[in-house]
Amino acid sequence: MKPSLDVRNVSLAYGKSTVLRDISFSVREGEFFIIIGPNGSGKSSLLKVIAGIARPGTGDVELFGRPLRGRSRKALARAIAVVPQTQPMDVPFCVAEVVLMGRSPYMGLLGMESPEDLRVAENAMSFTGVSELARRKFDRLSTGERQRVLIARAICQQPRIMVLDEPTASLDLAHQVHIMELMERLRSHDGTTIIMVSHDLNLAAMYADRLLLMRSGKIISAGSPGEVLNYETLERAYGCVLLVDGNPVKNVPRITLVPAHALPPKSGG
Amino acid sequence: MNHRVVKRTLNVSVLLCLVLASSAVLGLFTGSTGQNPWEVLALITGRGDPDSVTASIIWRIRLPRVLLASMIGATLSLGGLVFQTLLRNPIAEPYVLGISGGSAVGAILGILLGLSRFPGVASFAFAGSMLTLLLVVSISSGQSSVRKDSLILAGVMVNAFCSSIIMFMVSLTRDSRLHNILFWLMGDLSITDQKQVLILFGVLLPCFVVLFLFANSMNLLLMGEDMAAGMGVDVRLISLALLGTTSLMVSATVCHSGLLGFVGLVIPHLLRLLFGADHRVLIPACVFGGAAYLVLCDLVARTLPAHGEMPVGVVTAMIGAPLFIFLLAKSRR
Repeated sequence: MKPSLDVRNVSLAYGKSTVLRDISFSVREGEFFIIIGPNGSGKSSLLKVIAGIARPGTGDVELFGRPLRGRSRKALARAIAVVPQTQPMDVPFCVAEVVLMGRSPYMGLLGMESPEDLRVAENAMSFTGVSELARRKFDRLSTGERQRVLIARAICQQPRIMVLDEPTASLDLAHQVHIMELMERLRSHDGTTIIMVSHDLNLAAMYADRLLLMRSGKIISAGSPGEVLNYETLERAYGCVLLVDGNPVKNVPRITLVPAHALPPKSGG
Repeated sequence: MNHRVVKRTLNVSVLLCLVLASSAVLGLFTGSTGQNPWEVLALITGRGDPDSVTASIIWRIRLPRVLLASMIGATLSLGGLVFQTLLRNPIAEPYVLGISGGSAVGAILGILLGLSRFPGVASFAFAGSMLTLLLVVSISSGQSSVRKDSLILAGVMVNAFCSSIIMFMVSLTRDSRLHNILFWLMGDLSITDQKQVLILFGVLLPCFVVLFLFANSMNLLLMGEDMAAGMGVDVRLISLALLGTTSLMVSATVCHSGLLGFVGLVIPHLLRLLFGADHRVLIPACVFGGAAYLVLCDLVARTLPAHGEMPVGVVTAMIGAPLFIFLLAKSRR
């Protein structure tokens, strides 16, 4: 399959602190690609570079063989949709209005929607199951409902690549699975490439085609869940004791945290 | 075409236009002379004696003043709306960011140098506001992007610095200009002529149009900078364009009216509560509603004192501050 995204030797620094060091990888079209790694490893910064929101200090990002540089934000927004890590606060709009905002890259300056825009928005709302919330105020929704609305908004952009930063954080179990299933359906229905940052290694192992493990702005390991998720690599990245065995429901690794009090006493101590 | 938004924008605009028109007529009717409403009505509708004293008071004094008040009210309301959206902060307005203070420093410098109001004092005021804007933005951002919390803090500090410069310049002044400056610092609409009004209109109208064209981008900015960027908004470009346009129109009005507070807080909040947060509706609403509001405030400033008049800034602050506290409490509930 052809690559939809090519990241080449990307480095990024905020002031004096370097957050990304010489990152290179590519993502295939229609791939479910999940970036994992400890806090502060540069995952979110990498997502911003991929989405064209942050410009890399050195290196290049190519989208379907064409560099991101020099493309207008609007043109980029038609190719890549972003679901940021933090949900917006004090949004004075109702659900339907928020979802329709996702059509902005296709609208004129004043954002007047066409019947086609309304149709796409309705489809996106029914796809994520928020149609019945259409008239509710965004601020009155639960965190999980808001996330589904924000994803419907991103789907409205009809992107070829969907970029999500920890979309399942602070959601209950049912909502976590729901969001991951939505992405899986989006990928299989529309062939959308999914690039996601996640802290949940087991969820990542279940859904990802390939994983990218980062630490301190560098790539430690990349490959299938089976290749990346072994305990030497993980302990090196996270610096804690883990048990890795087989997942009973799917042929992928399963990661279990081993708390200090469960460790056998050290011999000779 | 989006019939829903177009219809709503038109409805709200027409409604507030009517409010503005009635305020303007009220402003033309009221004053120390020409209390005979039939005479005024006859003059306004084109009948009556065009050379009478009443006629010259209405056309030469009251009309320019009503027009000036409406343009300044529109500008300050719109300025408040833009800053509240851009900084995602309900208490933001041109004063909080130090832009009014900066243009006031420039304007007072112009007055002390004995320059004419236009283009002398006006360009000094604009230079002052742009300098403070640059200062505030460069203090607040290590990188080029505009950060909201540090922007507010920087604005407060720059404002404090501007106030001290203003007070320093006032303390150096001994002659009759002192009264002018002091009155002007409180917000004053009493010195007006038709030519100034026309020039100001020529500056403000393009600014209003530019801001209206950014209405949908401002809606998207309410979702947060990253999300707006992800939906195709060039956040940095739009922020700078909005800040630049707003400081241009605010500095243009500051050298005519002096420092008028709370218009930019009260009107956007009130209209948001009444008509919702869509900027495509709110921007024209702020223009007409803010205009009507300042015309009415000026009416009170002209008629309430037994002798002479008081600075309109006193009225806007007296109405504005309590109303704002009320609005804030209500919107939090």
